[in-house]
Amino acid sequence: MAKKKRLKDLSLLEQIYLPEIVKGLALTMKNMFKPSFTMEYPEVKFEPGASYRGRPVLVMEENGDERCVACGLCSRVCPAIAIEVQANDTDKEKERYPERFEINMLRCIFCGFCEEVCPEEAIIMSKDYELAYTNREDGILGLDKLLVPVSELQERIQFLRKYK
Amino acid sequence: MPHFILDGKEIQFIQGQTIIEAAAKVGIDIPHFCWHPSLTVSGNCRVCLVEIEKMPKLAIACSTLASDGMVVNTNSVKALSARNAVMEFLLINHPLDCPICDEAGECKLQDYAFDHSVGESRFVENKVHKEKRVSLGTHVMFDGERCISCSRCIRFCDEIAGVNELTFINRGDKVTIDTFPGKELSNPYSLCVTDICPVGALTSKDFRFKSRVWDMSSTKTICSGCSRGCNVEMWVRNNEILRLTPRYNEEVNSYWMCDEGRLNTFKSVNADIRVNGPHIKRDGTLVKAGWDEVFALATSELKSYNKSEIAVLGSAFATCEENFVLAKFAKSVLGIKNIDFAKHEKPNSGDDILIRDDKSPNSFGAELAGIHPLKDGLNFQNIMRAIDEKKIKALYLVEDDLVSLDEDYKKILSKLELFIVHSSNFNSTTELADIVFPAATYAEKNGTWINFQGRIQKLLPAVMTVEMDRSLDGMAMSRLDKFGTEFDRWGKSKKMNARPIWKIITSLANALGTKYKYQTSEEIFDEMSKTIDLFKGLDYQRVGELGVKLNVTTLAKVKV
Ligand code: SF4
Ligand code: SF4
Ligand code: SF4
Ligand code: SF4
Repeated sequence: MAKKKRLKDLSLLEQIYLPEIVKGLALTMKNMFKPSFTMEYPEVKFEPGASYRGRPVLVMEENGDERCVACGLCSRVCPAIAIEVQANDTDKEKERYPERFEINMLRCIFCGFCEEVCPEEAIIMSKDYELAYTNREDGILGLDKLLVPVSELQERIQFLRKYK
Repeated sequence: MPHFILDGKEIQFIQGQTIIEAAAKVGIDIPHFCWHPSLTVSGNCRVCLVEIEKMPKLAIACSTLASDGMVVNTNSVKALSARNAVMEFLLINHPLDCPICDEAGECKLQDYAFDHSVGESRFVENKVHKEKRVSLGTHVMFDGERCISCSRCIRFCDEIAGVNELTFINRGDKVTIDTFPGKELSNPYSLCVTDICPVGALTSKDFRFKSRVWDMSSTKTICSGCSRGCNVEMWVRNNEILRLTPRYNEEVNSYWMCDEGRLNTFKSVNADIRVNGPHIKRDGTLVKAGWDEVFALATSELKSYNKSEIAVLGSAFATCEENFVLAKFAKSVLGIKNIDFAKHEKPNSGDDILIRDDKSPNSFGAELAGIHPLKDGLNFQNIMRAIDEKKIKALYLVEDDLVSLDEDYKKILSKLELFIVHSSNFNSTTELADIVFPAATYAEKNGTWINFQGRIQKLLPAVMTVEMDRSLDGMAMSRLDKFGTEFDRWGKSKKMNARPIWKIITSLANALGTKYKYQTSEEIFDEMSKTIDLFKGLDYQRVGELGVKLNVTTLAKVKV
């Protein structure tokens, strides 16, 4: 068998490796004292900006009512078919309200179409990104989990009015 | 034949037809709100304005008679701008109610606003406000702001239902619809106004906010309310029927159906008292049992009676196919002669419009399929008498609630030693039964019914039983049906463990030693078309969506 020939023979310095190790350690040292970009999640939480699309939530008016009129447009436009709305009659001026409203977070792809299509500004993409569930049922959020006071959503609402 | 030119196309017409009529006949839809093919012309919406050559002004297509050589343009600059202007006027006071309006998705105003409008409003003043949520009668809700004053509803009441119940009140932009003083919108066809109202001004209270129209599937089938057999669309979401609407068939029901049929025929399919799985009477109460167990019990019980001690009652609610298999089973497997079915006539309950006295959809078909006493056999009245005298000890009944016909039957039926019933719902007749087979309802099976005119019409399944699959069985599917999985709440629909009569009889015949090979209702129909003269040459495809009238001259000879 013919002896294998190297493309380039290593020089002596290269053969003893030491300089390379020192070079590598120097890089490590340099980076150790640079300011860091990583966050120590979950001790430190990431606070997203107004353009962030976290889980969609429903707007709860100051009097505790939901703003949604159960028109079903969000449900229709949702490309992942994540939203189910069942409307019913109400004596309030809006005539119609969601008797049941469920978003299946295992289906949702955070596209924000529901927010865009809603004629009532009633469904808003929140900043909530902590969405881990231990079973499928928990991933289906009902009205109790979806309704969020309008005061907590102001930042996003203002953002939408400006850029939508 | 005379003809005129519509947008460059030659259209033939009959003298006396209007432009819109002649165009509709050949499938061209000239935009219109107030015109309806079954109502008189009122010409008030102005959206059908067209340009006719050599005429000084635009003319409305719904009241301009077509004449030979006329040249009509619906898409000329003048016609288009007129249509845009009419749409703009109509939308001035129309509220932005689409999100809360049940009509959305099947609304003419929405469609035309999309097709024929500029999409931008120049109106900055306040809209006129009118009364919303007005109850016009037991079944109909009115919204004054949405009304575009087309007068279709008024004309329907006057001309079709034959009662003057609705009228316009006030004038100008205050005009609205109301009932005459002291009157209600209460004719038996009142909900038809919700079908013809081009907008969401008139809506059904029963269907109010139940579902968006685009979330339902619709199946072309037949109403079960009476022997008229109105053609209907059955609207289903999540395997649950939510509404019925009439389907056009000039020979049977035109564009209409009655409120009773629309509201009260399908609710039993969704009801909580459905028979779910076979039941056997144990210690005086009906308890659930397995199919095999019930077949074994039924065969051994049926074998233990003399032929003259057994009677079989078919049903005017079951399909022709089911009655055919049942009659065949009674004659050749059980070898009995006492075969008949109960009539459901309510004298003087019918009218000259649609509603019939016969409250069952298929008495004609049951008779034709062979459900009648054989020579020396007993008819229905005599069967009941013989049960009373304990001469008949075993009764096999399908899909009929006899006790609802006559309370006295309760006493008579409790004298039976063996009472086998096929029923879709628990009722006072099933209470008396020893064995209850769960019957698939008319919404859960294929089959045919024959109406009082001798017209054979096809039923299509719209609701699944546990043995059916929407996509594999070729049933109508909504968007949700197509993409739902078992992990979605809306994908988990309620399904009944029930079977059509022919399927149960087939298993029973096999258990009794006669091989029946039917796999589908259609195979039974094909056998019928070979053995029954009136059905000669027919198959499901020929029967089609609108049905086929059987040969009436031969029909007259058949005793009904
Ligand atoms: S964000 Fe997109 S995927 Fe999620 S619910 Fe809304 S429309 Fe559906
Ligand atoms: S689009 Fe808005 S108003 Fe309509 S159902 Fe969805 S959240 Fe409710
Ligand atoms: S209620 Fe409907 S059908 Fe009646 S006039 Fe108004 S728009 Fe026309
Ligand atoms: S007339 Fe008879 S078939 Fe027609 S809708 Fe009424 S009940 Fe049904």
